[in-house]
Amino acid sequence: MQLVEQLRAARTKKDILLMTHLVLGYPSFAVNREVIRQMVANGVDVIELQIPFSEPMADGPMIIKANQESIANGTKVADCLAFAAEMAAQYDIPFLFMTYYNILFKYGVEDFLRKAKEIGIRGFIVPDLPPEEGEEYLRLAGEFDLAPIQIFAPTSTEERMRTLAGHGAGFVYCVARRGVTGSKTEFDASFDAYLARCRKATDLPLAVGFGISSRADVQILTGKADLAVIGTATIRLVEEKGPEAVGPFIAGLRSSDKK
Amino acid sequence: MNKPGYFGQWGGAYIPEVLYETFRELKEVYAKAKADPAFWQEYLDLMGSYSCRPTPLTHADNLSRHFGGAQIFIKREDLNHTGAHKANNVMGQGLLVKRMGKTRVIAETGAGQHGVACATMAAKFGFACTIYMGEEDVHRQRPNVFWMEKLGATVVPVTTGSRTLKDAINEAFRDWVSNMDTTHYVMGTVCGPHPFPEMVAWFQSIIGQEARKQILAAHGRLPARVYACVGGGSNAMGIFQGFLADPEVELIGVEAGGKGIETGQHAARLASQDASPGVAQGYKTMFLQDSDGQMRDTHSVAAGLDYIGVSPLLTDLWEKGRVRFAAATDQEVMAALDLTIKKEGIIPALESSHAFVQAFKEAGALPSDQAIIINQSGRGDKDIFTIAHAFDDPSWKEFIRKKGEEYAAR
Repeated sequence: MQLVEQLRAARTKKDILLMTHLVLGYPSFAVNREVIRQMVANGVDVIELQIPFSEPMADGPMIIKANQESIANGTKVADCLAFAAEMAAQYDIPFLFMTYYNILFKYGVEDFLRKAKEIGIRGFIVPDLPPEEGEEYLRLAGEFDLAPIQIFAPTSTEERMRTLAGHGAGFVYCVARRGVTGSKTEFDASFDAYLARCRKATDLPLAVGFGISSRADVQILTGKADLAVIGTATIRLVEEKGPEAVGPFIAGLRSSDKK
Repeated sequence: MNKPGYFGQWGGAYIPEVLYETFRELKEVYAKAKADPAFWQEYLDLMGSYSCRPTPLTHADNLSRHFGGAQIFIKREDLNHTGAHKANNVMGQGLLVKRMGKTRVIAETGAGQHGVACATMAAKFGFACTIYMGEEDVHRQRPNVFWMEKLGATVVPVTTGSRTLKDAINEAFRDWVSNMDTTHYVMGTVCGPHPFPEMVAWFQSIIGQEARKQILAAHGRLPARVYACVGGGSNAMGIFQGFLADPEVELIGVEAGGKGIETGQHAARLASQDASPGVAQGYKTMFLQDSDGQMRDTHSVAAGLDYIGVSPLLTDLWEKGRVRFAAATDQEVMAALDLTIKKEGIIPALESSHAFVQAFKEAGALPSDQAIIINQSGRGDKDIFTIAHAFDDPSWKEFIRKKGEEYAAR
């Protein structure tokens, strides 16, 4: 089943889906393993695995630190691929890779996508690769049936959104606000107008990320978006309270599943 | 046919979606300015009245005699306002910021020269200004930090990554993705996403335009060789553009050899075998990176050359064989600097001194009726702490010790 169909099927059972994120190798693969176990056990629907990069331009302080320390601890791309293979084999939910383009480019875009397909990865989020620069990547993603997730921003015009959506598959990642990951987002009238523009531009499911950290945030998104993306919040939680705090946190984000 | 923003296979615009519109606007304003002769005239007038353009081309007759070969000429970008070629770029971008109606500028800086130039431009044009500078560079270039702050800029020490120029660029981008409505990012060099490499090269082309006229007037014909140091590559692209169409003029870019290429502690992208193609900081070029694509730590005594990537324009010219690359070690740089001060009474910046090293290695082998030009991209007095330390100067150390005691006693 294609990613988009799988997400649409999941949506018929839940008011909103949850996508979580973690940085591979931070603080360790052992902790990653435990965090993912708890995420899946508590109903997370999609997981974004970030392969660390030394220049994470679109990320905020928490995720920068996670990238840096993971690399400093010796995390290699090969370790990330092996770990992702293990997770994708063990759990039924879709796993995506999030990383910066140089990781793919240096490995060889074709080899990387082929490998990702082989190990059961379902799609990619590459924040520094606009479709204008990603011809090879988009073509190969199509060939390997991997979803090249496209990103909308509040600064994107409607025309631009339609162009982006035309290159995308799976869902569209709507960045909730200007800025980098990890700081607070205000959900005001202009946010609603932005989401309405996103909705108009594509039939793909909409994921909303950047600054989503609480049950209240997820509640606000329910009915407006298809997926809520929790990124920095769980990394911070693991840092402050350890991996065992992740399960209860995830469980508390959605009041109750519908139907 | 090349894709826009590409030079051969290098360049591009690898930017997050949130900046797409910002870049569309910038490209539009830049294209309009480029097509408008009145804009370039406004730029020339500003550089003539506010900076010191045209900067002189100095015949270094003592050095020429010393090496007994080619006539050595020095293009004096150190005599620009704020002491380096960086002024050419910031004043040009400042005029564009006015056209865009933005009110705030941000910039990265390595050596601090671009930061000082940008803060100066902001003061003159009435813009708010924030400068991102790697924490390591803040310590290396303290006098420039002082001047940026005095000029009204906020200097933010960057503590992520290797705490040098590349990390300052990342932080400037992080600011920009939040504040693009009011803010223009004044990229300091011919790197980054399109249109920065091409646009900054355009503003810096003023160096080469002048130098070509000046050498013809002073020497009667074109130079045999032109030398420029290469960090990001803006001063090199600036002077090289004056001679790109003259195949008889050999162009030489000099990178930071640091502690020696063989030690791995250097910033030689094109003069060593250590770099490979990559995409980072918004563009594709040769980067010093590991086999996974993680950027490596670089080293140079000159903060302005201590960088992982190099202009896509220069990588293309290197690949096509038009520009030759060499590297100068920290140690060679100190010797060339000392000699230039003693022989000519001129103090080149540590960055610029790299170009002097290679020119000095080659000048003696050329006949005395030929000329070479060294682009002195900046002046060295900003480097007084680093230079005094490297010379292990006893009276300077005594002065600093006394100053320290004086402040401690208060």
